Amino acid sequence: MSEVVLEGRNLVRDYHVGGGLFSSGRVVHAVKNVSFKVEKGKTLAIVGESGCGKSTLARIITMIDAPTSGDLLIDGDKVDIVKDGLTPEMRRKVQIVFQNPYGSLNPRQKIGDVLGEPLLVNTAMPAAERRDRAMQMLLKVGLGPEHFSRYPHMFSGGQRQRIAIARALMLNPRLLVLDEPVSALDLSVQAQVLNLLADLQDEFDLTYVFISHDLSVVRYIADDVMVMYFGEAVEYGSRERVFSDPRHDYTKTLFAATPRADVESIKARLARRAA
Amino acid sequence: MHLLEIENLVVEFETAAGPFRAVDGVSLHVDEGEVLAIVGESGSGKSVSMLAVMGLLPWTAKVSADAMRFAGRDLLSLTASQRRKIIGKDIAMIFQEPVASLNPCFTVGFQIEEVLRVHMGLDGKARRARAIELLNDVGIPDPEQRLGVFPHQMSGGQCQRVMIAIAIACNPKLLIADEPTTALDVTIQKQILDLLMNLQIETGMGMIMITHNMGVVAETADRVVVQYKGRKMEEADVLSLFEAPKHNYTKALLAALPDRATGDRLPTISSIFNEDVDGGAPA
Ligand SMILES: Nc1ncnc2c1ncn2[C@@H]1O[C@H](COP(=O)(O)OP(=O)(O)OP(=O)(O)O)[C@@H](O)[C@H]1O
Ligand SMILES: Nc1ncnc2c1ncn2[C@@H]1O[C@H](COP(=O)(O)OP(=O)(O)OP(=O)(O)O)[C@@H](O)[C@H]1O
Ligand SMILES: [Mg+2]
Ligand SMILES: [Mg+2]
Repeated sequence: MSEVVLEGRNLVRDYHVGGGLFSSGRVVHAVKNVSFKVEKGKTLAIVGESGCGKSTLARIITMIDAPTSGDLLIDGDKVDIVKDGLTPEMRRKVQIVFQNPYGSLNPRQKIGDVLGEPLLVNTAMPAAERRDRAMQMLLKVGLGPEHFSRYPHMFSGGQRQRIAIARALMLNPRLLVLDEPVSALDLSVQAQVLNLLADLQDEFDLTYVFISHDLSVVRYIADDVMVMYFGEAVEYGSRERVFSDPRHDYTKTLFAATPRADVESIKARLARRAA
Repeated sequence: MHLLEIENLVVEFETAAGPFRAVDGVSLHVDEGEVLAIVGESGSGKSVSMLAVMGLLPWTAKVSADAMRFAGRDLLSLTASQRRKIIGKDIAMIFQEPVASLNPCFTVGFQIEEVLRVHMGLDGKARRARAIELLNDVGIPDPEQRLGVFPHQMSGGQCQRVMIAIAIACNPKLLIADEPTTALDVTIQKQILDLLMNLQIETGMGMIMITHNMGVVAETADRVVVQYKGRKMEEADVLSLFEAPKHNYTKALLAALPDRATGDRLPTISSIFNEDVDGGAPA
């Protein structure tokens, strides 16, 4: 039997909002009783409507945020960040690529330093080697040597996204959580990044949790698919099963709403527009 | 007269390694009631050229153009106060990185109501009602409750929709939408595209849709400009582009759709498109 790297058991996360001058506040149930298992070297894709709790779940898995209730297990060990804190070992093992890359990059740090920092903080690697590693990674995600000493604001949206991916990969994590990692990327770079992720997975047996709303991407990258809807996992199964036999109405709607890029559909739309 | 007309736009940035030309002689125009899509690879100058139109580039940017006119007015020679009257009202932009574009210190409601106050002169009650209506239009549940939350209490896609609400709040004549649906699943994307297209038909606004999603292009655009490394590679009406893409880069762009993947790796643009052979001349 293969190893289970990540397991969630009945995870719940509530947020309390409001409580201002005129209202008493209320509770948002962002994640409701979600369970899953991911084996080593596999990819679990999470899809779902905007606001359904995907990023919240990502923060729980990467131990940034604690669940309101339920258990998170990494390599079979129960994790409780509230009680035990987070060991450097754990921090290295699990990395996240955030949904908004700009907010997660320090504006005063050059890209070379952004990439070298995880090595500086977590290893005793000499500066020259850190530099080499950072440069290699920069090239791997399709950026150039000339970008090494630029600041985050000097990049386009898609370039910043690749920097965030590069940074997460610097420490050779075991589990990588990617929150909409390719949604801001044009198709060529998207293909490059997806291929890179697939290569790394083959090479290092990396485990991915891949959050995306793009079904064609999910179909390409996932082993298992979980569909969330209003905080609940309404569908969970192998990629083949979910794509060939979607059971929940929301999954079916999701398939039906995918934009059509064939010539006949364009003709039909233009005809409607002219009418 | 075109609604927006840009001729030979060049943008250069000062960098440590010398000047860097991000936009290299782009010309384009949009008419009232028209949707122009700009597609092109990451870093090809799509956002920078539109930020130049908005006058929102940092001081390290040097902008020049033979012409840049909005409804006949020269945008290059506007004074700061003339510009403030147009930007955000007649020309509005949905920015590419919604979370970074919202102010983390103010509630969502305040940020929407502020543009209504500045540009529409609505009173407090009318502003609030309109803000609720806008949040409802962009599909945010419990809009009344949500007025009081801060951006970090919203999901990525919710922030993006708040940005959209702000951009359409003042019924702009030209809406520049920079990757407006990247954070949205297809069901909400459809709702947002329908909203924008209906608004566009109702008000006759012109729209520039920057996107890398060829599905979005297929569902919205009248005309398409394909950009590569700061230059315009191809321009065509939407049907011709999909039916018979002329430039190899455009062909490569269509072939890179994950739907069309064969084998266990995706084709990348560089595996189809040879820059040395194809890259030189703009269309
Ligand atoms: N810090 C917070 N305080 C209060 N509510 C929050 C907070 N963070 C998220 N929420 C709410 O919890 C719900 C789930 O948010 P989450 O960010 O997990 O959604 P998501 O599935 O990632 O959506 P998207 O696809 O738009 O990024 C949303 O309704 C959101 O408004
Ligand atoms: N302030 C700046 N200083 C230096 N270079 C910059 C600056 N802002 C942008 N650039 C560069 O200009 C080029 C064009 O950037 P732009 O943001 O227009 O790309 P884009 O076509 O919108 O790409 P994406 O699809 O990734 O958003 C990029 O190579 C970027 O690195
Ligand atoms: Mg999210
Ligand atoms: Mg951009």
